[in-house]
Amino acid sequence: MRNLILFLSLLLLSGCASSSTWGWYVIDPTKPNGWINIKFLVSGMGATIAISLIAAAISIFLGLVVALPGLAERWYLRAFNRIYVELIRSIPLLPMLFWVFYGLPIIFKSMGLNIPIEPFWGAIITLAISDSAFTAEIYRAGIQSIAKGQTEAAQTIGLNYVQTMRYVIMPQAIRRILPPLANQFIYIVKMSAFASVIGMQELTRRANELVVTEYRPLELYSLLILEYLVLVLIISAGVRWLERRMGSDERG
Amino acid sequence: MAETAIEMIGVNKWFGDFHVLKDINLRVGQGERVVVCGPSGSGKSTVVRCINRLEAHQQGTIRVDGIELTDDPSSVAAIRADVGMVFQQFNLFPHLTVLQNLSLGPMKARGLGRVEAEARAREYLERVRIPEQADKRPAQLSGGQQQRVAIARSLCMEPKVLLFDEPTSALDPEMISEVLDVMVELAEEGMTMVVVTHEMGFARKVADQMVFMDEGEIVETGPPAQFFEAPKSRRCQKFLSQILSH
Repeated sequence: MRNLILFLSLLLLSGCASSSTWGWYVIDPTKPNGWINIKFLVSGMGATIAISLIAAAISIFLGLVVALPGLAERWYLRAFNRIYVELIRSIPLLPMLFWVFYGLPIIFKSMGLNIPIEPFWGAIITLAISDSAFTAEIYRAGIQSIAKGQTEAAQTIGLNYVQTMRYVIMPQAIRRILPPLANQFIYIVKMSAFASVIGMQELTRRANELVVTEYRPLELYSLLILEYLVLVLIISAGVRWLERRMGSDERG
Repeated sequence: MAETAIEMIGVNKWFGDFHVLKDINLRVGQGERVVVCGPSGSGKSTVVRCINRLEAHQQGTIRVDGIELTDDPSSVAAIRADVGMVFQQFNLFPHLTVLQNLSLGPMKARGLGRVEAEARAREYLERVRIPEQADKRPAQLSGGQQQRVAIARSLCMEPKVLLFDEPTSALDPEMISEVLDVMVELAEEGMTMVVVTHEMGFARKVADQMVFMDEGEIVETGPPAQFFEAPKSRRCQKFLSQILSH
């Protein structure tokens, strides 16, 4: 690990020295132009965070709504769950994004509705729906991991379905659901980069635009990667804190 | 004869192709204690689980306190309100304290206030002789204590009937008696009980009626004196000689 860091540092430093291959000046905060560029790049952070947070929130809710029928006794409820999950998770994100952004307005129009889809909401809808198939499976696995006796005991003391879920099953399942759910959230943050292709001004789009004018892809994309790294590390730290509070880090 | 608490008439049940319950007819009077025994896989747990609809029967009639058990969720809810159950694996809620385990049902299903529900919970913890464990988690208790908490949890719902599904089978031998003692007390207070168990000493002491099941059928019923001294069927004789031989 230490050797690797040393090697990478040397690589970057050597680049700084010989400006024929490396051009760190484009993002050198001591140079006026570099500072402007950095501010431009980082200013995409707000959109990336907003898209990811809203999409994750929708996905966490939608995933539960899709997961619960999957645990029902009636076959058509389970069928709904299976079809949704299999269909949605088989669609790659980029085609789904195109379909939502370019296709969905046509459907709306044919229905006589004039609902424009902005890049912001197009990205959120796509990320949320695409991710919900995975969160649904996470919920299902988490809930199924709670012994059946817990549901039975709750039923025998008169709790109805919603009460059983709320007071007995979910408080136990959430400890097992939280870590994979956090994983999904990190995935959403990274996948939000696709929003750049429909013109959303987020981190990746900003980097792309600068690359076109500055012609320094190596340096700019390096900084872009660093931006995602920082974002994900912050999320990881937050999740770790949450897990400790909920006891997800305990065994058993 | 006492009024009928539980009535099963011609009950049949299948798990897929497997015929688990074959024409079960059983009547339990109010205040009566019925002990169900039989070899494993005989369907005795399934009978008990049908009474509060943890399993659905496919043919026949089950009535509890005059209410017929049907697919109608309101009939299921009405019957569950009257019937408590104690499980082999205790099934306490591990994320809640003992007190919360006991007060959850009264608060959420009966709409009692917290103060009232917790007062009731402490009262029943006293009854099962572990009032000092109120603030512990189930995992901090011994098996015998956990099962007594589970009994107290059922009692907090003030049921008319208590079902026991092998309540001592998961316990270490030295803890069995503390659970059976509580059950004997309940019996003496007149609780209607249906108990699936292999504890024949307990059965002799409290049962009004013995039921022997094998291969999904009720093979023999009768008062304990007759049942233990002079079992009629060969299957029952064989079963009793096996479990009473040591």
